[in-house]
Amino acid sequence: MGDKGTFLYEIWVARGSLLSGAALTMQLSLAVIAIGSFIGCFGGLGLVYGPAPLRLAIRSVVEVLRGVPVLVLILFCYYGLALFSIDVTAPAAGVIALSGFCAAHMSETFRGAVASIPVGQTEAAKAIGMRFWQRLTYVILPQAARRMLPPWVNTGVEIVKGTTLLSIIGVVELLLSTQQAIARNYLIIQFYLAAALIYIIINFSVSQLGAWLERRFAYFRY
Amino acid sequence: MASSDMSSEPLLRATNVHKRFDSVEVLKGIDLDVAQGEVVAIIGSSGSGKTTMLRCINLLEEYDDGEIHIDGETIGYRIVGGVRKRLRESAIADQRARIGMVFQGFNLFPHMTAEQNVMLGLTKVQKMPKAEARDRAVHWLDRVGLAERREHYPYQLSGGQQQRVAIARAVAMDPRLVLFDEVTSALDPELVAEVLSVMKSLAESGMTMLVVSHEMLFVRDVATRVVFMDGGRIAAEGPPAEVMGNPSSERLRSFLGRFHGLFG
Amino acid sequence: MIDYQFNFDVIWRNWDNFLGALGMGLGLAAASLTLGAILGLGLAAARISGKRWLDRPVWLYVELVRNTPLLLLIFFVYFGLPEIGIYVLDKYHSFILTLTLYAAAYMCEVFRAGLTSIPNGYLEAGKAIGLRPAQRARYVMLPMMFRITLPAMSNNFISLFKDTSLAAAIAVPELTFTARQVNANTFRVVEAWLTASILYLAAAYLIAWALRRVERRYAMIR
Repeated sequence: MGDKGTFLYEIWVARGSLLSGAALTMQLSLAVIAIGSFIGCFGGLGLVYGPAPLRLAIRSVVEVLRGVPVLVLILFCYYGLALFSIDVTAPAAGVIALSGFCAAHMSETFRGAVASIPVGQTEAAKAIGMRFWQRLTYVILPQAARRMLPPWVNTGVEIVKGTTLLSIIGVVELLLSTQQAIARNYLIIQFYLAAALIYIIINFSVSQLGAWLERRFAYFRY
Repeated sequence: MASSDMSSEPLLRATNVHKRFDSVEVLKGIDLDVAQGEVVAIIGSSGSGKTTMLRCINLLEEYDDGEIHIDGETIGYRIVGGVRKRLRESAIADQRARIGMVFQGFNLFPHMTAEQNVMLGLTKVQKMPKAEARDRAVHWLDRVGLAERREHYPYQLSGGQQQRVAIARAVAMDPRLVLFDEVTSALDPELVAEVLSVMKSLAESGMTMLVVSHEMLFVRDVATRVVFMDGGRIAAEGPPAEVMGNPSSERLRSFLGRFHGLFG
Repeated sequence: MIDYQFNFDVIWRNWDNFLGALGMGLGLAAASLTLGAILGLGLAAARISGKRWLDRPVWLYVELVRNTPLLLLIFFVYFGLPEIGIYVLDKYHSFILTLTLYAAAYMCEVFRAGLTSIPNGYLEAGKAIGLRPAQRARYVMLPMMFRITLPAMSNNFISLFKDTSLAAAIAVPELTFTARQVNANTFRVVEAWLTASILYLAAAYLIAWALRRVERRYAMIR
């Protein structure tokens, strides 16, 4: 593997910590996207169909979560939640903050997608006697899902990138494990480039997954 | 009311229906009866309230005053202590399931094949077993001449074909009454005939139909009764030959005059 | 809530710091966005030039930058560039350079979409009255692109302004950094982060409001 101090040697030495960093990045991203999307669906439902006070409440939360930088959300959660004498670990605080960010964006995406379905679709479903949840399940959501897909994939990429901010509160995800390796071997350029490559591969996979889903949904046209 | 009989209520009875959008009163007290097996055509210029009336009957619009009965049952509202109360969503859905509606813009579900479009209400609303629903869908798609297109998605069908699927979707539910809201207005002229012929054949099979249409030839040939709406009121009503052949008012004459070439 | 006593005194005592920090963030954003928009416009021109040797490298640049976490790029530029002999950048210039390069990739996509969405008829009309290519670009394409892309640009502006929070990671004294210092020195956790959040929100809304005015001013009938 070459001599000590060369890139190949050092990356071989650091392979274990880099891989576990990358694995943590992916786990955190998956958790955030799953939790955020789940909450976001309900947020979006509330924004479209909720009574006015609920809409206003959700709208305010969404605006705040989208208007404040993610890093501030993370630090606020990390330092703030401890005040509630809840013992939050750094990764948990990070997942909570990023999920809030993700949920806010998903709510807006969901609202936009559902609102873009022509009103005639709802009326046709009503005309054959379908109830609210039936209309939603069989008529509105299958169509909205396709429109949500591209912004959802974008949010996914943003989340993967956003997990790097957790390095600031000491979560040893890919960026922090890279920095720890750099602190040992001083191969700054090479290791940052290597980490960037891993991020690009992860994000490229996310995009490919999105493209595959879009093809799956391409069987109909509006 | 030409065909009503006081002892037994007709299939549809609307009395004194009022509807306003903000400050504009669109329906100013409509009284309309439709008996079982009748084909009633509503004609009138745009803005006369025809479409709004249909949408009130299917509860897509809330009406402000008056009553609409289907088979003697008040739909959409109940009176609690002298106050009108909108029924719950589920009750309204049940009432809508008994009334079919065909829209100007087809409104087929784009993510479903023709057959799935027809089956959806049968399986989800009427809880019919899938196999039975499929048989019913096949039967009705055959009736509208689209047996071969069962597996097609809406975007693969012409406008006329889409509208025939929409008709199959409405009638497959076995409704008491089917509402047709300007169903040929969005079609290219050469596709109008195929839809009208399907409607004519349904009318001949005894289906109760309430049709808003600008197709005067169709109205004259198929309708058992014509209702002329003007400014939110019913201005004339009677058999087609009478209403259209011998217009009772200047407004009706001028409305029909636009179609004059058609009558020779 | 637990028995947390709010005490905003520390905020008032540090109020000048907070305002200065906000100004720092706005200044960083203004510099990066201006430079990023200029660079992005050049990149967009390359993308639609129809020359593969120009188009492909720019495409690759945009994809790579957009799929790499900003925080990694910040560290790469700040710690990595001196490794290859570029010592001249202090943390401020380093951050502006990074955000400029990052913004340019996003702006490029916005401008490219705007340029390609200009209906061909306008360009033909420009040709028909005898405008040269440079004149068509100056008098037809740019003004139309500017108007078409304004809404997307304001979204990008706000998002990139929020990204100035990451400058805290290399100790640039902007809002997030200041809040964290106040938090650490005084333990007024909620007050510090609440103040930072509100200031970020206010600034984001101010930017949004200003850009909406510009949008209305330049609105055109389409």
